[in-house]
Amino acid sequence: MSNIPAELRYAASHEWIKVEGSTGTVGISDHAQSELSDVVYVELPKVGAKVTAGSVVATIESVKAASDIYSPASGEITEVNAELTKKPELVNQDPYGAAWLFKIALCAPDELQKLQDAAAYKAAIGE
Amino acid sequence: MSDTASLQKTALHGVHQKLGARLVEFGGWHMPVQYTGIVDEHKAVRESAGVFDISHMGEFYISGTGAHAFLNGLLTNDAGKLAVGQGQYTLMLNDNAGVIDDLILYRLRDVEFLLVVNAAKIAEDRAWIQQRLPAGVTFEDRSAATGALALQGPRSLQIARALLGAGWPMPEHNQITAYSWNCQPVFAARTGYTGEDGVEFFFPAEIAEAFFAALLEAGKPLGLKPTGLGARDTLRLEACLPLNGNDLSPKRTPLEAGLGAFVSLTKAEDFPGKDVLLKQKAGGVNEKLVAFRLTQGGPPPRAHYALFLGETRVGEVTSGAPSPTLGCGIGLAYVEIEFAEPGTKLELEVRGARVPVEVVKKPFYKRAK
Repeated sequence: MSNIPAELRYAASHEWIKVEGSTGTVGISDHAQSELSDVVYVELPKVGAKVTAGSVVATIESVKAASDIYSPASGEITEVNAELTKKPELVNQDPYGAAWLFKIALCAPDELQKLQDAAAYKAAIGE
Repeated sequence: MSDTASLQKTALHGVHQKLGARLVEFGGWHMPVQYTGIVDEHKAVRESAGVFDISHMGEFYISGTGAHAFLNGLLTNDAGKLAVGQGQYTLMLNDNAGVIDDLILYRLRDVEFLLVVNAAKIAEDRAWIQQRLPAGVTFEDRSAATGALALQGPRSLQIARALLGAGWPMPEHNQITAYSWNCQPVFAARTGYTGEDGVEFFFPAEIAEAFFAALLEAGKPLGLKPTGLGARDTLRLEACLPLNGNDLSPKRTPLEAGLGAFVSLTKAEDFPGKDVLLKQKAGGVNEKLVAFRLTQGGPPPRAHYALFLGETRVGEVTSGAPSPTLGCGIGLAYVEIEFAEPGTKLELEVRGARVPVEVVKKPFYKRAK
């Protein structure tokens, strides 16, 4: 059983987003980090990049493979978690806290309704 | 997740699930990629011991008075060098000297040989061999009836001794010995695919569960862990042992792969591809499989990434991973021969960006003897 905080929303591709005002903070779920295991490298988006929901914005590499990370929302990247470049293992250790990936200024907050709540995500990953 | 119902399963499939392994498709088989984690299992093999289920691999028996000559006309290495009880790494080539499979050939008796082949190649190898089988030589594919485990790591021999007892004839490097465990025949070969000392066991599939459980129990006080294909891949890559399908292919010759030591061009028998290899040896190869590492950090190399010198593409990665032992990305790549010397600085292209790498001497990791 993985940890699925109730206050977050989840993409089918296993990213979570926390919304505060017009800013979203994005990371990957506990289930996703467990599936990846042993994260060794994180490639983050550029601050200022304008992205649409569902586009590839980052890459997380485990020992085995490189995995694309999709933005769950449209907007402009305002901040990235540079700490992950030095400590990629944080993704495994604290996926909802220290291992947030980037912050995004939301330009279409309504689209977040399309994301799953914790219960729907829990069902989607078969837990 | 792909549909796993159609995948082949070893006799230990249920045991892996009980042990909490993550199972993935590999060469048509549903196999454990990891139990606790790839890095953790990698370190267990380097520091104490790990045991891999290799029951998916194929076991062929070839016997008869003509077996030795037949094998010398089929495989690249010189089977004539094999005393009874010895094994050798060897290759089976197509007529263009491309690699069909790489395998271990053991001489069990004067006129009986065991071939251990790659899981994904069992059907293709069997067809290739059977088409060429002369009168007086018998071929038997016992892959489905055979279970196999690879016990690898510095404490392997101690664990094998604890399991099999004082009477077990411990094989020397590359040797194979026959013994009995609970009245069942067990072959033990001092071979492996990790760069560590170790023993590979072959036994009837019916005893797989009991033998695996007994081995884990015997190894528990010595830190033995079940280990999966994920760690097997990083371990073999550090030791620069090629993986067929990645580093070897029907389009690459053993000379290009740097495996000339396992090719006898002087033995009497002709084998498929020999004429091509003789020409290649005389003229030199255009491309060669080299080892390289990242020099300034960055994302790990992966198969099919390109290597550049300035704007010129000079090679392609065939295997790559972050090395748990070296702490940096490592890989194997075919590069044009003028860039194959250790010390050559190249650039790896990763998602449109360039990462500096250096060609290094093989292997990345060599155990202390």
